[in-house]
Amino acid sequence: MDFAAILASACTGAIGPIAAAYALAAIGLNIHFGYTGLLNFGQVAFMLVGAYGVAISVSVFALPLWVGVLIGVLCAIVLALLLGAPTVRLRSDYLAIATIAAGEILRLFYRSSAAQPVTGGVYGLQRFADDFYALNPFSTGRYGFWPFTFAARDLWVMVLGWGLVLLATVFVYLLVHSPWGRVIRAIREDEEAARSLGKNVYSYKLQSLVLGGVIGSFGGMVMVINTQSASPDSFDPVVTFFIYTLLVLGGAGRVIGPVLGSVLFWFIMVFLDALLRQAIGTGYISPNVISASEVGAVRFALVGLGLLLLMVYRPQGILGRKEEMVLNGR
Amino acid sequence: MGDNTTAAGALAGVATEPGVTKPDPILTADGVSRSFGGLVAVDVAHLELQRGAITALIGPNGAGKTTLFNVLTGFDRANSGRWTFDGTSLSGVSAYRVARNGMVRTFQLTKALSRLTVLENLQLAATGQRGEGLFTALVRPLWREQEAQNRQRADELLQRFRLEHLRDAHAGTLSGGQRKLLELARALMVRPTMLMLDEPMAGVNPALAQSLLEHIAQLRDEGLTVCFVEHDMDVVMGISDWVVCMGDGQVIAEGPPAAIGTNPAVVDAYLGKQHGSPPQKESP
Repeated sequence: MDFAAILASACTGAIGPIAAAYALAAIGLNIHFGYTGLLNFGQVAFMLVGAYGVAISVSVFALPLWVGVLIGVLCAIVLALLLGAPTVRLRSDYLAIATIAAGEILRLFYRSSAAQPVTGGVYGLQRFADDFYALNPFSTGRYGFWPFTFAARDLWVMVLGWGLVLLATVFVYLLVHSPWGRVIRAIREDEEAARSLGKNVYSYKLQSLVLGGVIGSFGGMVMVINTQSASPDSFDPVVTFFIYTLLVLGGAGRVIGPVLGSVLFWFIMVFLDALLRQAIGTGYISPNVISASEVGAVRFALVGLGLLLLMVYRPQGILGRKEEMVLNGR
Repeated sequence: MGDNTTAAGALAGVATEPGVTKPDPILTADGVSRSFGGLVAVDVAHLELQRGAITALIGPNGAGKTTLFNVLTGFDRANSGRWTFDGTSLSGVSAYRVARNGMVRTFQLTKALSRLTVLENLQLAATGQRGEGLFTALVRPLWREQEAQNRQRADELLQRFRLEHLRDAHAGTLSGGQRKLLELARALMVRPTMLMLDEPMAGVNPALAQSLLEHIAQLRDEGLTVCFVEHDMDVVMGISDWVVCMGDGQVIAEGPPAAIGTNPAVVDAYLGKQHGSPPQKESP
């Protein structure tokens, strides 16, 4: 077994473009779930509308990429308002149901044959980010040092992705350390108390939903710009559950929680994947026990086990505060 | 007690009948009703609460006290009725606007914001905060000074309620009694003209209850109007200037505390209408 290679791929996975995209989506979800207490189980829907906002604008309507980004953000705002306006007045579990349904409705609609002329249906859309890659300042070649080496193209996406993560993190830091952040944390604790003190809870919940949704949509954009391909099935509900997993892992309600969570989550995912494949390839694990095609499923099972252990032994996540966890629900 | 300088004095000549008009009402409600399915929880024809007085709202369980509280403070919707507070109509106005108009309530089950510190609980309650806008929140210089002023006022309130040693503790770590104090201090942070306290003494030990009572009386003396729901008759008799008794959703009696205990309607509501007379044999 080549442990050096396994470690190298795990390290590149941990700080690669995908980890940045998930970190962005998780920063958005952290505003919803970690700070406002909104149970949004459809974060992937915001990623989807962001991604397709870019892809459709450029591929189908031949608009410049930056216009596509604006359209993607606009789509996320509209989605947040459509989802939130009727549901945030209700108990939080209704929002959970509405958001998970909305995510699936959107995915199935975007992949339907009726929508194919615009969305490309099941085939999706490709090559819409040429404008972005044309701006790549890195000349061809590999950059970095072992175990972190990246092609110039990946490096350029990483600059975009982690740059956005940095911006979003500073943004969230400023917000949650302001009176605005105090109001949304109060809503998380008890919205009736916030209301009794003159806070317009409905408006703050919508603001939170829009804000987290827009940051999530940037995650979707980074994801599809990275692959130059938007396909509806990369936005299935499991993405939302990954985002929840890594958010809980890092620590919900902490500014750096989602970023640390994403890096660790992708390190573990890629590490397990590479380890299992090597073990099967070199015969340490018999193909009769786990075949190469089953590695993906086993990896998910192990992530599930990890989440289970996390909930039992460290429910507050890595950065969370135990004493706050104890107070939860009191 | 005949002078008009104290709340009790101002109420001295007022008739003791349900729905009586007061010399200087801060809250006036007309025809307020709320029903849940077939059950009429509240059906108040007319009610006035005197400005600057402590009014106790009493009545047996299920009399509709808390429902009336919820309706008046915007936490529940009335089926019909109109009410004005301090000259402004508040019928059907949402809870947060009611609070901003100066009528602030507390809850029967205390709602401490557990994972906020005691200080943050108070700071939250300050009104008109510039930093509560999504965009202004990002520019600290816009609200830094106001935040410091609010923090200073919060510290003063914490001292007044003897909570300063818990300033930076999470509110969730406070005892039941401390939470009651915190909730009262937090409500004052809104700068209310009227406090609506839903069972402020429930589950509070006698010593702390006494201190809470002193705080409430002092607030009245400073000009605040207080209305509270309470079951403990000693508390009601000891502190209130006026007592309103509800039964089956209606106001069935009103009067100064000394008079209310002997009011036959009140005794009926609490003990049942058959009390005092020998059990009557029902004819088959």
